[in-house]
Amino acid sequence: MARFLVQRLAHLVWVLLAVSILVFLLIHLSGDPIRLLTPLDAKPEDVERVRRLYGLDKPIPAQYWDFVRRALRGDLGESFRYQRPAFELVLQRLPSTAMLAVVTIAVTTLVGIPAGVWIGSRVGSLADWAVSLATFVCISLPSFWLGVLLILLFADRLRLLPSSGFESWRHLILPAATLSVYTTGLITRLVRADVVHVLRQDFIRTARAKGLGEPLVLGRHALRNAMISAVTVLGLQLGNLLGGSVVVEAVFAWPGVGWLMLQGIQTRDLPLVRAVVLVVGSAFVLINLVVDLLYLYLDPRIRYDHGR
Amino acid sequence: MAAEIPTARPATVTGIHAAPRARRRRPPQFYAGAAVLGLMLVIALFAPWISPHGYADQDLIKSLQAPAWSSGDWSHPLGTDRLGRDLLSRLMVGARVSIAVALLSVLLGGSLGTMLGLAAGYFGRRVDRLVSRVIDIQLSFPPVFLAIAIMAALGQSLVKLVVVLALVTWVQYARIARANTLSVREREFVQAARALGAAEGRILLRHVLPSILPPLLVVGAVNMSNVILAEAALSYLGLGVQPPTPAWGSMVSEGRAAQSVAWWGTVFPGVAIAVLVIGANLLGDGLQRER
Repeated sequence: MARFLVQRLAHLVWVLLAVSILVFLLIHLSGDPIRLLTPLDAKPEDVERVRRLYGLDKPIPAQYWDFVRRALRGDLGESFRYQRPAFELVLQRLPSTAMLAVVTIAVTTLVGIPAGVWIGSRVGSLADWAVSLATFVCISLPSFWLGVLLILLFADRLRLLPSSGFESWRHLILPAATLSVYTTGLITRLVRADVVHVLRQDFIRTARAKGLGEPLVLGRHALRNAMISAVTVLGLQLGNLLGGSVVVEAVFAWPGVGWLMLQGIQTRDLPLVRAVVLVVGSAFVLINLVVDLLYLYLDPRIRYDHGR
Repeated sequence: MAAEIPTARPATVTGIHAAPRARRRRPPQFYAGAAVLGLMLVIALFAPWISPHGYADQDLIKSLQAPAWSSGDWSHPLGTDRLGRDLLSRLMVGARVSIAVALLSVLLGGSLGTMLGLAAGYFGRRVDRLVSRVIDIQLSFPPVFLAIAIMAALGQSLVKLVVVLALVTWVQYARIARANTLSVREREFVQAARALGAAEGRILLRHVLPSILPPLLVVGAVNMSNVILAEAALSYLGLGVQPPTPAWGSMVSEGRAAQSVAWWGTVFPGVAIAVLVIGANLLGDGLQRER
């Protein structure tokens, strides 16, 4: 177990290193960053002064080192547009994105896992057929379009829910629903496949043979084993949610980090974009770590294999 | 093989006498998916000749005309957008972007991932350590988010879009290619080729690659739907192919401006994306069940 943890932490360091290099390079990918900092008609000597001011006259490795040193102190530069520390701006917006992600994961878990277990234990029934078809459609819909449709229906036509912004819990419903459709469809399909597989195993026959009722067989034995892949995918989906929420936040003008990043992209505010990518990237890495730790709890095989 | 068939069960004709290489019946999903994708491909290929209007032809008098069955007429079956451009024609031409990006980035990402995974699995040691490390690192980063960040920094074009989508998806192929190469490497036919003195390149291409290809095709089909969705999302955000070339994602975003009076502008492009993704998912599902 200790070895497993050490391995995971070493991996964490590698990933953070890669994220920092990517984030650093983002600003150079778009050409000479000095062009974003100075007006087109600036005098050459002024351009040089700005270049020195931002340390852009140094060699690239030295610039990277400066960047890492500052980032470790929480200094990710100043947003061009807001004239405020970019890191601070991202931290301010993080809670609303996190809230959207948590609600989505909650809906996905509460709907997807029971639904998957239910149809997984009734393979070939009408319910199985209907739910499988529905989940197939769910994973095939583009999220931004689904969001636009929901706005068209519930905000424009029926006038039941607000279409954009974040002032009350009612604003949360449509964006969370949009994001949940894909993840719920995915989890339902996976849990179904796992339950179908698990129910064919010997230990289930044993459980039934010793007279356990079907709810207990499903709840205690099948569900726990099916949870392993559900947790993996939920963990991965949480990361994809951060990506997908950029798109959905754009549709609903949701004041989260995704929307902040897009505004940064539109105004060529690269320090801001850089800060969002770094924070979201690090958050994703930490989520992965938590998912790995959850495995230890869920699957004794992992615990023992690495404990030796 | 015959000895493995349990004797307790009466051997049926299909069980014991079926030739090992008999033509496998593919599941219906496979054919349904292939039909949908094939139809879309034909529409995309012949779009300039079969679309009723030019995709950029404006007719401001006919701005925001409703679909034919609603209150419009059959000259614009699915209605028009704000500039009076024919929606059906734009959808047909837009199919070209979606399909081209999907096919090319799956092909590029697939080749890149297969080559690196093959090399890692076959040569092992330092190549494997390096490739595996890169795979691990990249798998811990959400692909769509990565694509958005890179496209924003790079600037937008069709070629960049294909390259970026390939770069954020190659790991999925590399992982599978590596794992399968590891097991195939030790099989007799590979050993035999080596004993006969075949060059490494020949062993890799003629012996290992063909036997690891089937699972990679499944990954490709599954990945295609993800790439189609990613391309649509990027172009919705304005980070995909740029106007005036119509892409389904950007059509949804353009349609939103007039959404309250012209629902068709946002609804139909999304339906087109969904149909293409359903086709790709069906195909992937069919290939997966076959194995």
